[in-house]
Amino acid sequence: MPAPIRLRELIRTIRTARTQAEEREMIQKECAAIRSSFREEDNTYRCRNVAKLLYMHMLGYPAHFGQLECLKLIASQKFTDKRIGYLGAMLLLDERQDVHLLMTNCIKNDLNHSTQYVQGLALCTLGCMGSSEMCRDLAGEVEKLLKTSNSYLRKKAALCAVHVIRKVPELMEMFLPATKNLLSEKNHGVLHTSVVLLTEMCERSPDMLSHFRKLVPQLVRILKNLIMSGYSPEHDVSGISDPFLQVRILRLLRILGKGDDDSSEAMNDILAQVATNTETSKNVGNAILYETVLTIMDIKSESGLRVLAINILGRFLLNNDKNIRYVALTSLLKTVQTDHNAVQRHRSTIVDCLKDLDVSIKRRAMELSFALVNGNNIRGMMKELLYFLDSCDPDFKADCASGIFLAAEKYAPSKRWHIDTIMRVLTTAGSYVRDDSVPNLIQLITNSVEMHAYTVQRLYKALLDDISQQPLVQVASWCIGEYGDLLVSGQCEEEEPIQVSEDEVLDVLEGLLVSNLSTPVTRGYSLTAIMKLSTRFSSLNRIKKVVSIYGSSIDVELQQRAVEYNALFKKYDHMRPALLERMPIMEKTATNGPSETVQTNGETDSTILDTKHLPSISQPASQANDLLDLLGGNDVVPIIQTTVPTKPASAGGELLDLLGDLSLTGGPTPTPASSVPMSQPPFLLDGLTSQPLFNDIAAVIPPMTAYNKNGLIIEFTFERSNPNPNIAVITIHATNSTEADMTEFVFQAAVPKTFQLQLLSPSSNVVPAFNQGSVTQVIRVLNPQKQQLRMRIKLTYTHKGSPVQDLAEVNNFPPQSWQ
Amino acid sequence: MMHFLLLFSRQGKLRLQKWFLPLPERERKKIVKDMTTMVLARKPRTCNFLHWKDLKIVYKRYASLYFCCALENQDNELMALETLHRYVELLDKYFGNVCELDIIFNFEKAYFILDELLMGGEIQETSKLSIVKSIEASDMLQETMEEYMSKPAF
Repeated sequence: MPAPIRLRELIRTIRTARTQAEEREMIQKECAAIRSSFREEDNTYRCRNVAKLLYMHMLGYPAHFGQLECLKLIASQKFTDKRIGYLGAMLLLDERQDVHLLMTNCIKNDLNHSTQYVQGLALCTLGCMGSSEMCRDLAGEVEKLLKTSNSYLRKKAALCAVHVIRKVPELMEMFLPATKNLLSEKNHGVLHTSVVLLTEMCERSPDMLSHFRKLVPQLVRILKNLIMSGYSPEHDVSGISDPFLQVRILRLLRILGKGDDDSSEAMNDILAQVATNTETSKNVGNAILYETVLTIMDIKSESGLRVLAINILGRFLLNNDKNIRYVALTSLLKTVQTDHNAVQRHRSTIVDCLKDLDVSIKRRAMELSFALVNGNNIRGMMKELLYFLDSCDPDFKADCASGIFLAAEKYAPSKRWHIDTIMRVLTTAGSYVRDDSVPNLIQLITNSVEMHAYTVQRLYKALLDDISQQPLVQVASWCIGEYGDLLVSGQCEEEEPIQVSEDEVLDVLEGLLVSNLSTPVTRGYSLTAIMKLSTRFSSLNRIKKVVSIYGSSIDVELQQRAVEYNALFKKYDHMRPALLERMPIMEKTATNGPSETVQTNGETDSTILDTKHLPSISQPASQANDLLDLLGGNDVVPIIQTTVPTKPASAGGELLDLLGDLSLTGGPTPTPASSVPMSQPPFLLDGLTSQPLFNDIAAVIPPMTAYNKNGLIIEFTFERSNPNPNIAVITIHATNSTEADMTEFVFQAAVPKTFQLQLLSPSSNVVPAFNQGSVTQVIRVLNPQKQQLRMRIKLTYTHKGSPVQDLAEVNNFPPQSWQ
Repeated sequence: MMHFLLLFSRQGKLRLQKWFLPLPERERKKIVKDMTTMVLARKPRTCNFLHWKDLKIVYKRYASLYFCCALENQDNELMALETLHRYVELLDKYFGNVCELDIIFNFEKAYFILDELLMGGEIQETSKLSIVKSIEASDMLQETMEEYMSKPAF
């Protein structure tokens, strides 16, 4: 058989192949030749064949049939064979194959070879790919070599020991004696690898860590010598003596000094020296400074040193080299929690990095900017962040939008600012906003009661411009559904109110239903919004038509909704107002992040809701005192919140005081109310709270008229709250039979001491004339002692331009409502 | 600790691969593909660091070759750049004005040099001189034996 071709020849041949197919053909031919050569057990050319195989393996072709041949090469006496054999073992074999264990004996022999380069090969292979079994078998040999005086072998043995420890941590103890005088070596290679070994041991075992703490002075001395020593050509890199060793020592010092006062103090001087004396013109100097900064931040350094470290990072931020800027931003992100003020000083530079061209830098700068936002700088920072949101890559937009929402929620200086910021995010990055932000935003908007008109107006205008961004469309259609009446009545205080008719609004909502851009979820939102407007608008026919059309929609969700709404129009029309009335203030779910550390600047009303009952008393108590005078009650006891603590709504939801004795003066005699069937408790659409829906019809409590004067009739309808039979849920319906609307209608109620009362927000504060509609409101009364229910009510409204106020008592509660 | 070191050309052809962790062949191939795609997609004046999974990827381009390595979180990226540079200097010293072809035709020598610089993902020698001497001595060992056996190397 002719001699197999040489390696270089093969490489040259393969490179002449013009197509992938041609190359594959050549390789297959050569592989076949190699395989037959292996079968012939040819010792002479084995080395050459394996070398060729390794080349083909690098090109991506399978070479597993050469594994055993590598082992044979390792066992050979020739150095050339061993070299290629070990290389092949490192490339082709790994611990997953049982074959590799056959190497163990060869390696053991080679570790004791007379030639140091053979020993070196063995150590190298063991240190790169030795499996745990191999490591267990050969650890003893490695330990022996760790104690040799040959520095070439000692440094390799040290790194081999590192690998052994990584694979079999239990063997760490074995190497402890050998580490005794590792640091007294002069040879830098041995010093470096020894420091790596010590680092590995300290990282893995707290005992070792405390044991090696005594080495700190020695390490400091070595580092000092490196810095102070003159030019050493062997280890010099751009004027710095052995930067690799310096960096490793700094890293070991970091581990040793962490959490330990004495060690940290011992290194303060040298760290300051390194920080101030290192040349920063080249990358290598900056690398050392970087490591120094990391060490200073981790150990218990004195404050002067920490400030020095942050200033170094600040200088890094101004460096022309992008790598340095990137590294600075990463480190600042790590230190921003602990040294917040110091990092704040560099805020403007960090914000400038948002405009950098490099994607990695922009991302780091964005994360750091969010960490730096606080109550003082929120306005300025948000301006920059919104600008960034406009211009950044799509991958960033989702994270940036979420970050902005979070920051705005924590530090918003005013409600209007908050809403404006949200609007800005929705309109610029609307499609990238996360799904969970839609419910959060809706909750936020609901809770900013005085901004409802402004919000709905802005959202409506945004919808007119663009209906492609689903989160924006969803929030907007929900708001229009809720506050459509405010929109049409042109009531905005914050900005110029727009003139918009009911038909225009319905046009927009219907447009969403039919648009191709709308997702099924969005369509659901707009259908519900249209339905809600049936109690707020007067164009009922149009709404009925839309709803009935979608009763046969292909989309199952839409169809179900439409069918149920249709039923609402037909059979349950009396329930419609109660069902579709205004949403109450929603309880805030746990916000992520420390809501206790919020610095709210100039918030008009505290938005931080807590579930503790008592602290919220102080605010309503002052209002209660005002009512005291008017209602003439005594023994005022402030109301304790019942089950759901809600923020007092500005319209009609104030907490009232409990009165002592209610004087039983003649109140309006209850006229027998026309049989109004029992109303269901408000079923909150979109399933946001868990109120019981349709209760047991058997527990029908007859409704009653509570007040009837001057054309204003207030009827009470009752419901028992299922989970708690002591709670009576009363829905009031206020109707106005006069020819003028009653505006700014506020209903207040007070109950005797033994009861507890909760007033939810009303559907609106305008009672339309000619009984055209009604204002509904829900009262929940807790009556644990089952006493007779009595109530004193106070009504205020504006009628034909003049304010009207009236007090009345309600005593004619049907017995079933309180038994 | 370095997890792996790869050298590849501007066309994405692999010239050297050193793995310091045991990984199955299939996964190695996938990583090589990911690295080449990611690094080759980088624009010219961006920084040399990337984030991939939980590793820091450091890469540097020397003429037509990309040197790419993966570090753990606590490793110093700027120092890794120095390490890559040190390797290139060693290759340059050995081959004399090294170019990609040298590495293609003498890949096993490139591995031998790398094995003198790095072991188990850590640097084993910080003196250029020392490494060069070791390589020369090993080569001498090789030639002496071959001459003795009067057989060609391979």
